[in-house]
Amino acid sequence: MNAIVPLSTESDWTFELLQQYEREIARIAEDFKLDTYPNQIEIISSEQMMDAYASSAMPISYHHWSFGKQFLSVQNSYRRGHMGLAYEIVFNSNPCIAYLMEENTLTMQALVIAHASYGHNSFFKNNYMFRTWTDAGSIIDYMLFARKFIADCEQRHGVDAVEKILDACHALMFHGVDRYKRPYPISMHEEKRRQMEREAQLQQQVNELWSTIPVAADRGDGQAELRFPDEPQENILYFLEKNAPLLEPWQREIIRIVRKISQYLYPQRQTKVMNEGWACFWHSHILHQMYNEGLVNDGFMLEFLQYHTAVVHQPPFNSPHYSGINPYTLGYSMMQDLKRVCDAPTQEDRQWFPDIAGTPWLETLDFAMRDFKDESFILQFLSPRLIRELKLFSVVDDEEQDHLEVTAIHDEWGYQSIRESLSANYDLGNLEPYIQVYNVNVRGNRALTLRHDMHNGRPLEKENAEEVVRHLHQLWGFDVVLESVADDQVKSSIVHSELSADQH
Amino acid sequence: MTFLIDRRSNPKKKSAVNRQRFLRRYRAQIKESVAENLRGRTITADGQGEKISIPARDTRQPVFRHGQGGKITHVVPGNEEFTRGDKIARPKGAGGGGGPGQASDQGEGLDEFVFQINQQEFLDALFDDMELPNLTKRQLSGLEEFKRVKGGFASDGAPSNLSVVRSMRSATMRRIALGAGKRTELRELEQQLQALEDSPENREQRHDIESRMQVLRDRLGRIPFIDEVDIRYHRHVKEPIPHSKAVMFCLMDVSGSMDQKTKDLAKRFYILLYLFLSRNYDKTEVVFIRHHTSAKEVDEDEFFHSRETGGTVVSSALDLMKSVIEARYSPKEWNIYGAQASDGDNWPDDASRSTHAITELLPLCQYYAYVEITQAGDKPLWLTYSPLREQWPETFSMQHITGPGDIYPVFHELFRKQSA
Repeated sequence: MNAIVPLSTESDWTFELLQQYEREIARIAEDFKLDTYPNQIEIISSEQMMDAYASSAMPISYHHWSFGKQFLSVQNSYRRGHMGLAYEIVFNSNPCIAYLMEENTLTMQALVIAHASYGHNSFFKNNYMFRTWTDAGSIIDYMLFARKFIADCEQRHGVDAVEKILDACHALMFHGVDRYKRPYPISMHEEKRRQMEREAQLQQQVNELWSTIPVAADRGDGQAELRFPDEPQENILYFLEKNAPLLEPWQREIIRIVRKISQYLYPQRQTKVMNEGWACFWHSHILHQMYNEGLVNDGFMLEFLQYHTAVVHQPPFNSPHYSGINPYTLGYSMMQDLKRVCDAPTQEDRQWFPDIAGTPWLETLDFAMRDFKDESFILQFLSPRLIRELKLFSVVDDEEQDHLEVTAIHDEWGYQSIRESLSANYDLGNLEPYIQVYNVNVRGNRALTLRHDMHNGRPLEKENAEEVVRHLHQLWGFDVVLESVADDQVKSSIVHSELSADQH
Repeated sequence: MTFLIDRRSNPKKKSAVNRQRFLRRYRAQIKESVAENLRGRTITADGQGEKISIPARDTRQPVFRHGQGGKITHVVPGNEEFTRGDKIARPKGAGGGGGPGQASDQGEGLDEFVFQINQQEFLDALFDDMELPNLTKRQLSGLEEFKRVKGGFASDGAPSNLSVVRSMRSATMRRIALGAGKRTELRELEQQLQALEDSPENREQRHDIESRMQVLRDRLGRIPFIDEVDIRYHRHVKEPIPHSKAVMFCLMDVSGSMDQKTKDLAKRFYILLYLFLSRNYDKTEVVFIRHHTSAKEVDEDEFFHSRETGGTVVSSALDLMKSVIEARYSPKEWNIYGAQASDGDNWPDDASRSTHAITELLPLCQYYAYVEITQAGDKPLWLTYSPLREQWPETFSMQHITGPGDIYPVFHELFRKQSA
């Protein structure tokens, strides 16, 4: 048998070496049946990395001051040494674009290729959230369309007018997702054509809604008042795009663009733990496999392990470095744990995971990656053993109590409860306030009412909410009321009306 | 399938537009910050960028988020001491202590958004809505710089100037031209061959045709895809760049009545003027003239730091300025600016001579600014110069400065953009 020579023994990378590493990693990934988009790996400088930061890793985006601000603040902290830059950024598109920093050592480049171009990439391609909500094939085209459209609008209507609309849309960006309807991807030309059509039609519809011709049988026999919309709508941007009375067609199109982008980024917010866990799991596996095959030497491995442990380190709650649960740690540990349950289940595992204990791990992990999001993944797969390892405990912070109370720790009575609480913490309803369009006073002053369902009695942060309502008012054009509701009772409300606006 | 791309050489300023958008949006705040910085700025520190801080409140992007209150269940790692049912005192201050850091994830706790702008942006903010009052002269002088502009194509040149499109085009042309006759013949033979029946008596003829076709094909194949003669290079020609030049005369009274504080104020004014001029002109020279009873041309250090005593004769400085202009700075070539700072004292007998001297100077100058640094009311020199404001509204102006805070506003006033 031939002694296998390591691919390299130095820490500086060259393009030839990167290609060799990439080839080996691709081969191993294929052995492990990772299904990926083609890869486009781009080496960039730190300044370009900051650029990428500023536009949420989108390779193309429209112009907006907030991206400039983002860039300045990243640049500022980077220059002063307050933060390091990420080693890579990966964007969910087909081909899958990964940016690698030129400063990285060879080991690091190999790690991030495995992590981003095979780990994240296969997650993007196969996880059901991404498959439902995003179309990796057309996003770059769409962004191109969006950028051009917005640039045209700036030419025609002025930078300030466009900026105003974008500001308002960005404030409502997280409320521009339809959670139950699947979006259909289309190409740029198709998009362009449809946009023309929409422009003409949309205005007509809106006019109909606000037609001043009186409708017969108006408020007759004491029946419950009809609401518009009939059902509360959670996609506020969509509602505004279709129904705001005073917007110009191009303004509606801009709302739509922001909405589409928001929708594209939506799965990322719900799969952070899984996505990172999956990528860490695979970079670790792939590089270990390379080591086992003798392709990399001990020095490489030591360097890798150092990075790896830093990434998946979870400081305890009483450490000054603690800032919440590290999604990398949680995700990676859960993936590893899942493999353990498959390979070497204990009695406890058989009890908790009768379906998967002892099954082939590759298939089980693949299944777990495909059909879950953070919330359901944790609810399904967080094992007692991992709870013990991380020493998780849950604390209830109830406004009405003077003390915080520890409600569960890592013991027999606590496992299920901790699992449920942790899962709930990744429920979007818990992370972001749940706000819906509730009613429009169609016959009267056209006031728009939104309702915030107070989840566990949690209120809105007032200052922010008031500003967002001001933005809402700008899009809607008439009075806006935001009510916070708990137990079917309005607890508090924020009103922005024409009159009060004039007074200021 | 993987592509490995080196993007490092891509243009770096991808977010430059976004940066400009940001600066544009907060122009008012940035100008305020720049003016603020100017007050504390040490005079020698030009050429540097500037640190700008604007209230973080203004730059915040609001979104709906949860506030304090309600019932939250945190799940936290690293339990060492707690068991179920333990009560923990609620941590004071920073939103929930051990809880997930939701209180501020965008650095909103900071009061100021601080960032760096470069020299150019600093000057833009500083001199926004100011302009030079008179048209500038642009001159082609002997010491020219050249810029390279595209000047068509050439058949020789450096490999880096290779024009691929042109080269390929002429290669295509050559291939078509050289092959045309052979291809025509080939087509004809092809037709002949088709017309000829494949029978034994035709065999020889067919063979002739086929071998001829083969010869033609070989010849066609031998026409090179690209040849030396096809190669075209971009040609560049040098074009001289016209330069605009300005000279700035700093005139200062250094008599006993001018103390160091007053000189510092004057210095700040000169610095502003210098920055402003060098922004507008390709080349700016400075001439320092100091005077008491007699005037002398000095270097910068001496200008600001040495001290003299004695009386004040302003006309001496004006005369010197005129002779320097005559000797070195022809008004045809140079844009001439005069800036005079003084505490306003002048020898009473000198008034008429000064008036005479300055009226001779003003036609030569683009602009002449006089600043009087004084706490008291109008001084002799102010009174001497006053009538000039009416006679030379285009080129002459004068202002009072009482303290450091005045300098920028006064400067702003002097060079305010005139509405056409």
